[in-house]
Amino acid sequence: MPLIMGMSVLLACQFLGELVARGLTLPIPGPVIGMVILLIGLMVNGKVPRSLRMTGEGLLRYLTLLFVPAGVGLMVHFTLIGRDLWPILITLVVSTGLTLAATAWGLDRLNRRRGGESR
Amino acid sequence: MSLATLDQLWVYLSGNPLLSLLMTLLMFSLAVRINTALGGTPLLHPVTLAIVMLIGLLLLVDMDYATYFEGAQFIHFLLGPATVALAIPLYDHRERVRRLLVPLLLACLLGIVTAVASTLGIALALGARLETVLSLAPRSVTSPIAMGIAEQIGGIPSLAAGLVLLTGSIGCALSPWIFRLLRIQDPVVQGFALGLSAHGFGTAQAFARIGAVAGAFSGLAMGLTGLLTAFLLPLITRLFGLGN
Repeated sequence: MPLIMGMSVLLACQFLGELVARGLTLPIPGPVIGMVILLIGLMVNGKVPRSLRMTGEGLLRYLTLLFVPAGVGLMVHFTLIGRDLWPILITLVVSTGLTLAATAWGLDRLNRRRGGESR
Repeated sequence: MSLATLDQLWVYLSGNPLLSLLMTLLMFSLAVRINTALGGTPLLHPVTLAIVMLIGLLLLVDMDYATYFEGAQFIHFLLGPATVALAIPLYDHRERVRRLLVPLLLACLLGIVTAVASTLGIALALGARLETVLSLAPRSVTSPIAMGIAEQIGGIPSLAAGLVLLTGSIGCALSPWIFRLLRIQDPVVQGFALGLSAHGFGTAQAFARIGAVAGAFSGLAMGLTGLLTAFLLPLITRLFGLGN
């Protein structure tokens, strides 16, 4: 039963999230709003029920696997990507590197200024 | 057994969701094994490897993506509840999030501006087509958000989704080097940077390689980036004089 209870809570939050996203025509996906709803729920409740933790952490452990089906969808875009292959590849690699570096550097700096609280 | 029955067997199996579901699980396990055998190198991330092998296999047996997805959608569906479940590690580390809220928001803004400006700047300088440039712009956000944004600013939604996935695997491959180069060891910073630049892929990587703290902040970064980019990107592309 705990697995069923946990999954029901997650799906219910996602469902509410979809309702909010569609109802208010927000450009944000339902599951992201569902995450916010669950977070508020947990704060109100004051602790994470054991069943929810079991299901949620089980799903998160295999998060990488869940991206595989969408990733295989890249095969549909081969021709579109092929038309601008080099600009796309160079842009992606350089810009992703810059973004990672800027975010990490920025957050590290801000943290240190506050006395390295997160260490 | 004659060849005709083998053919019939294939026709039956290839139309059945069972086959692509099994293929996905087996290829993923194989990819994890290969990655472990190679010493866990981030260059050949198990997800990237599994995707490449599956695309090769599908091309080899001449199965189209729609047929494959009929089976694989059962795995894909779990992404929804898994995204919701990110609230659990966030709740566990709520005190830290609260304390770091201002730096986190500032770093998030810095990251988004860097991502969008460098993407537009480099792609334009290299002479990519306008549609491609506009499809590249939202590449740092998780794919459902990116598709919506691309449509809004005049890019191609399906191409944007593909580029988001490429960004994810590139981000995972680059991250260990960049963290070493900048001497960043704090799991909070590592996770946040991964989630911001490589969305769900980065979050998965943060959970798998760094730990629960990094995973929590990565999930937070992914959500925040999605929300903020949806509002900021149309403004930034207008600054560059692009789109509508």
